Amino acid sequence: MLQEITTTRHNPHIDPFVHVWGWEIPIYLFLGGMVAGMMIISGYFLFSKRYKDTTCSCFTIPLIGVAFLSIGMFALFLDLEHKFYFWRLYTTFRISSPMSWGAWILVLVYPVIIVNFLINPPEIIVRRFPKLNLITSYINEHPKLIQNIGITNMLIGSALGIYTGILLSTMGARPLWNSSMLAVLFLVSGLSTAAAFVHMISKSQYEKELLAKADNGFLVIELFVIMLFLIGLSTSSAVHMNAARLLITGEYAPQFWTFVIGTGIILPLIIQLLAVNKKIKHNPIAPILVIIGGLILRFIIVYAGQYSHYINAHFK
Amino acid sequence: MARYGMVIDTKKCVGCMDCVVACKTENNVPEGYNRDWIVQVANGKFPYINLEIQSQRCNHCDNTPCVSCCPTGASHVHEIGKVVLVDHEVCIGCKACIAACPYDARFIHPDGYADKCTFCIHRVEKGELPACVSVCPTHCMYFGDLDDPNSEVSKLLASRKYHVLLPEAGTSPRIFYLI
Repeated sequence: MLQEITTTRHNPHIDPFVHVWGWEIPIYLFLGGMVAGMMIISGYFLFSKRYKDTTCSCFTIPLIGVAFLSIGMFALFLDLEHKFYFWRLYTTFRISSPMSWGAWILVLVYPVIIVNFLINPPEIIVRRFPKLNLITSYINEHPKLIQNIGITNMLIGSALGIYTGILLSTMGARPLWNSSMLAVLFLVSGLSTAAAFVHMISKSQYEKELLAKADNGFLVIELFVIMLFLIGLSTSSAVHMNAARLLITGEYAPQFWTFVIGTGIILPLIIQLLAVNKKIKHNPIAPILVIIGGLILRFIIVYAGQYSHYINAHFK
Repeated sequence: MARYGMVIDTKKCVGCMDCVVACKTENNVPEGYNRDWIVQVANGKFPYINLEIQSQRCNHCDNTPCVSCCPTGASHVHEIGKVVLVDHEVCIGCKACIAACPYDARFIHPDGYADKCTFCIHRVEKGELPACVSVCPTHCMYFGDLDDPNSEVSKLLASRKYHVLLPEAGTSPRIFYLI
């Protein structure tokens, strides 16, 4: 049986398969997801009154979060082809466009992180801007406000983590992304990379212990979500099965199984389980592996997603 | 309000690419890029092989994933004929519309905005036919209002068998291929 499709079209970055989103988008999705996770963790520390402990990471997370998010947004800016029209994002709100939602969520993220930062800003900054003390002391006089800042961080962080997944899953033309599981996957992966990162930078043994345990939970959930994601696709229509095959046995399978599942989830899970059960000391190996796994997950989803297509000819 | 669409008779199309050349000339499409193109689909088992030649372009769908995902409103449905267009001055080049189009009909113009077939709306507004339709030497392409039951396109669709591209993508495309 012959089935042959020939085309005269060879548009750059479109043919033979779409590759319009390069490294910038996965980097942004990774950093955005990690910052989302960091906001949720910091928000939880504020909400649970851990901020009373001076070693609490909720004082260092905001600065690092702002830096990471700004790098991510710069990558996003680099990806735009009509760069100096980017302000057009902020002259409208398109309810059906997740990218529009994202642009406005990012506008909310910065002030929320900055308010978290102002609860206990570093000495060096207070010395330069003494007026900040007014805000800091006002916040600290109202413990309920601090808890509310925590809740807001958790909510806006979740919105940031979830929207990146929805952004891809609404692209109906790319079968690999056609799963609402992506939103959950990116949120959980953001949480696990954030827990890993905060675990590395935390000065508190209590936090290290707590975050290692939390990260184990996130990794197990992530594994489960990936399984559901692949089951959903592989029991759907032919194009979706082909898309799932890209990760399970196809072109992206070696990277996927090795770096996302193997060294990104299973291995750090084993290391951290041993650490939590006091068989070995807490070390940065597991968190680094989790972070690399999260980064490669974004690359694989973005690249393989663009590769997946309605026309079967694109699948070898 | 009109709803423009195109009907292409695959029994008459010889794949001469005159439509492709006309489009490139009319719309100044940059070198290496195409707003329309020819696809040949061969199906069957020798000696029973069926060959269909399709002149393809943006399908100006009724259900437009490219317009829904656009964060700035640059991709929009034009008031005339519900043609799907891109406002170059509003497009930020985020490429979401490219990722959302199952036909891969869009590309990034070297000047930075998303570009694609416009159904030659600048000609249609003057009462002319799109460039590709006007040059077709076999007269296999028809353009008109799908909502007008007396238009040539509506009559052809009422009397001939046809198919559209990727109906399973749920976009309700408005380019119809007569078979």
